[in-house]
Amino acid sequence: MTLKFRLRHHFPTIDMDMAFETPSPGVTMLFGPSGCGKTTIINAAAGLFRPDECHISIDGKVLGDTKTGIWLPPERRRVGLVFQDAKLFPHMSIETNLRFGMRRTEPGSIRFDEVVDLLGIGHLLARRPKTLSGGERQRVAIGRGLLAQPHLLLMDEPLASLDAPRKAEILPFLTRLKTALRLPIIYVTHSPDELSQLGDSVVLLEKGRAVACGSVPDIAGRADLPLGQRDDAGAVLVCRVAEHDGDSALTRLEGGGVTLWVPLLDAEPGAECRVRIPAREVILARRTPEAISLHNIIPGTVRRMTDGPRRQSVLVEIVLPDGVLLSRVTPDAITRLALEPGSAVLALIKSTSIEVLGGTTPG
Amino acid sequence: MNLTPEEWTAVRLTLIVAARAVGFGLPLAVITAWVLVRHRFPGRSLLNALVHLPLVLPPVVTGWLLLILFGIRGPIGSLLYDYLGIRLVFTTAGASLACAVMTFPVMVRSIRLSLEAADMGLEQAARTLGAGRLDRLFNVTLPLASPGILVGAIVAYATCLGEFGAVITFAANIPGQTQTLPLAIYAALQVPGGEAKAAELSMVSLALALIGLLLSEWLGKRLNVALGR
Repeated sequence: MTLKFRLRHHFPTIDMDMAFETPSPGVTMLFGPSGCGKTTIINAAAGLFRPDECHISIDGKVLGDTKTGIWLPPERRRVGLVFQDAKLFPHMSIETNLRFGMRRTEPGSIRFDEVVDLLGIGHLLARRPKTLSGGERQRVAIGRGLLAQPHLLLMDEPLASLDAPRKAEILPFLTRLKTALRLPIIYVTHSPDELSQLGDSVVLLEKGRAVACGSVPDIAGRADLPLGQRDDAGAVLVCRVAEHDGDSALTRLEGGGVTLWVPLLDAEPGAECRVRIPAREVILARRTPEAISLHNIIPGTVRRMTDGPRRQSVLVEIVLPDGVLLSRVTPDAITRLALEPGSAVLALIKSTSIEVLGGTTPG
Repeated sequence: MNLTPEEWTAVRLTLIVAARAVGFGLPLAVITAWVLVRHRFPGRSLLNALVHLPLVLPPVVTGWLLLILFGIRGPIGSLLYDYLGIRLVFTTAGASLACAVMTFPVMVRSIRLSLEAADMGLEQAARTLGAGRLDRLFNVTLPLASPGILVGAIVAYATCLGEFGAVITFAANIPGQTQTLPLAIYAALQVPGGEAKAAELSMVSLALALIGLLLSEWLGKRLNVALGR
């Protein structure tokens, strides 16, 4: 099942021309700088904005197609939209807000109690939006969108207006939601954290074009794409919790075709989790070092090397049996190790440098 | 205060005329304001100008235009008289019409301001949640604009209590039928030695106007609180 999207529009300042296909259900992240067209995509998908040319379909069901003249208005599209600033109706209670869309559509598989429980908003039902914190408001807005039984949920930087603690408060809810409800979700963000924690696939946007599109681990592991050019570039691996070693206080993860040791996790063996390994934390070696505190020494093959900005660093892609790692090193290190595409190399990663995301919490 | 029965009639009549004027004018004002704010169409500027015309025209001229349009021989008045048997000139209903036309701009302006201040994002949110045009209007737009609508109505009501020129021109000065407070004051001043009476009625007029303004202020605040602002 796929979500197909094609859009072409001429704005006075920018020409947009983009197309992408992503799996449905699943979370597709739209990632790019401001003004690259993320919100245009969201508004076109919601039906609030009609571009010069556009085609949007989910699993073959056409929501809008300017060629054939099909253009469902937003109110008949069944596409939920979560705005950056919640947009709760101030004159209604939280419960009335939540039921607003629900009342206007036929009953579906998403139940009121389930959503309230999933988002942890049961204690807010009788209150007014004004009395809620930003994080609570955003959770209600997500619930309201879901209860309208959408075929597609759009989230336009839902966490952008929140401070870091509030973000950290909502992210676990979103992760739960994503697994509990099998729904295609398009999520706009410019936060690599949200991208690697929530995203299944990602569309990288730049100046009105879709530069790349693929699964989050694939795209995050590319040194030649805008994500890799950032200081906080890092690879994402989808892992499975293999075992806990209580004596050494370590957890063994299997993912990307390799074994990773991380500090003890509070998760059932067999549970899925994601890890993000920042490129600057990955050391490269040709030979196995001895007498070293490291737990993770991972063999791989150099695939691609890209110069960082101002040639102060080089970003190296290291291919694993079933994944990619990124390492940022100096040009000097490349020379000394005589690295080139195809070289066998060891990636040294401190277990404490591996960020375990979503689903599991460090124990 | 010792008002004569005739004077009490004038006070009561004033209140009734104003209530009818606002009662009929308000829904139209809401629709007009909504059309002006939310729609772009040819003739929009003209409609806007027409709505505001009574604000800048001498009231006598407005009254005279009403006579031409709504007189029994007028284009609208003749239809009303021939088909519905309604006569507006020189009647209480006519006084209400004159008041409604005179205060229409006040209502439209107030409603328009609150509609323009409304967050379009809320309507878009309602749209994506499946609310059609009228649904959005009645459940989102109007409730949120209600402070402006209410304040507009009260200010218009208070203005109606003092309408003079258009009323006397269109509905004349008939005690018990079209003689509202200002007209009664005017009539009192025409009679030698009527100053005391005029002063009394002026006091009533002043009190009513003041109550109206205070009420609109208080209700506006209360509504904003109720709307969670």
